[in-house]
Amino acid sequence: MSARILFRGGRVVDPSQKLDGVHDVLVVDGKVAQVGKDMAVPEDARVLECAGLVVTPGLIDVHVHLREPGGEHKETIASGARAAAAGGFTAVCAMPNTEPPIDDPAAVGFVAAEGRRAGAARVYPVGCISAGRKGERLALVGEMVEAGAVAITDDGSPVMNSGLMRLALLYAQAFDIPVADHPEDLGLSGKGHMNAGLVATRLGLPGKPNAAEDIHIVRDLLLA
Amino acid sequence: MNQTAPALGKDLIGLEPLSREQILAILDTAEPFKEISERRIKKVPVLRGKTIVNLFFEASTRTRVSFEFAENRLSADTVNISAAQSSVSKGETLVDTARNLEAMRIDMVVMRHGSSGAARFLAERIPSNVINAGDGSHEHPTQGLLDMLTIRDHMGRIEGLKVCIVGDVLHSRVARSNIFGLLKLGAQVAVCGPPTLVPRGFRSLGVEVFTRVEDAIEWADVLNILRLQLERMEAGYVPSLREYNRVWGISRARLERAPRDILVLHPGPMNRGVEIDSDVADGPQSVILNQVTNGVAVRMAVLYLLAGGQPERAEAAKQGGEA
Repeated sequence: MSARILFRGGRVVDPSQKLDGVHDVLVVDGKVAQVGKDMAVPEDARVLECAGLVVTPGLIDVHVHLREPGGEHKETIASGARAAAAGGFTAVCAMPNTEPPIDDPAAVGFVAAEGRRAGAARVYPVGCISAGRKGERLALVGEMVEAGAVAITDDGSPVMNSGLMRLALLYAQAFDIPVADHPEDLGLSGKGHMNAGLVATRLGLPGKPNAAEDIHIVRDLLLA
Repeated sequence: MNQTAPALGKDLIGLEPLSREQILAILDTAEPFKEISERRIKKVPVLRGKTIVNLFFEASTRTRVSFEFAENRLSADTVNISAAQSSVSKGETLVDTARNLEAMRIDMVVMRHGSSGAARFLAERIPSNVINAGDGSHEHPTQGLLDMLTIRDHMGRIEGLKVCIVGDVLHSRVARSNIFGLLKLGAQVAVCGPPTLVPRGFRSLGVEVFTRVEDAIEWADVLNILRLQLERMEAGYVPSLREYNRVWGISRARLERAPRDILVLHPGPMNRGVEIDSDVADGPQSVILNQVTNGVAVRMAVLYLLAGGQPERAEAAKQGGEA
């Protein structure tokens, strides 16, 4: 006997299907079987009244911080995966700026295994660009991909060395994975606490100019 | 005596400036010279009275010894100079070193130098014949020639073969000499390795570029596997030697998935367990030691031809005739 769930009367939003309106959605064995208006309730179907609610495909957050290992007082892989699922996210990509950073295949395997163990949103590990996030040498990109990493980034810190960034972009081609950027020129952003501008001037706080981000993005566009 | 044009010019700087006919002339001349090294008395008077300086500014064992054997077996008089013990270490320029040697009346210089272009620089400034034994990342023509001779020995031809050079192509003089030479002889050439060491720009030289070594193995008849230097890891081109081996190393398991038996070459010195696994290096498809043997014959042929010898007279020259 197949399991049927009818999500009735919710606002269905799915840009990929050009859908945004009140519809019923029939799910059979975990897959969307039918979307329509005022559908008859199939036999044995469980009905969820969704009037006033938004119904979407599982959302994916490609940039989350699960903080484990090292920051468990803020978040763990399990708590983050559960929070994601509660908020409608079925998959998340976990940033590698943990302590220690996710820069080798064992660490990637740990994130993937803890994610599976949580049994909530799917957790996709993201590995570091550089060993130890130090911005000096490439991390074990190939082995991390083999262990399940879906992308690389030194998120939290920029890769200030343009030569290393170029090597990372080239090297990632071999494994067909994206390289995610933390665009910030530290020489410009320096000790800034907030966006440079009127408010920073008024408050007497050191600011970070927009150029700190723009220059880094321009650099990486030229390298890519 | 019938005077024909010399088979080669004054110098051997690289394979890029040579014609297909000149390259074939060297390979064909190497054939009769192979036999000399198999004799009990390994000496013929082809270069009797010639003085050759082996000028090595970079460490080398195989190439230097191979040149020395080639010179000795052709009866040349040789002097070996390595940078560490020479006046270079006292600050002398390359040209001054060479001019001082010239002043002692030499005939040929075999030079290895760390800078690309050094061989041509020297050749333009001294009247002696200059043989490039490796200049920076530019060319290593005698290595390219001995690779082609070895491929021809085992495959019966070069034209139409698919040869893939695997590894640190970016920094490799062996790769460049192979690419230039093999293309002139009608082979299809590809390069394969991490994109940090095998930039796509190599396509402009007329070669195919593979990133996945599995694709290269699927395609190739011949693999020429380059040494991955430890310095490349230190400079950040690859994250670790172990990862390089896992992703680009040539293992028996990978070769067994090839649709055909692939001939395996390596210019040495090998890093076993990095770019090549021992079961491949010592396996039935490996011709790595044949390359070393052929190296002596190819270098004899180059010395003979630069000294003015004619390819078709090589056999007679071995018997004591004039070069």
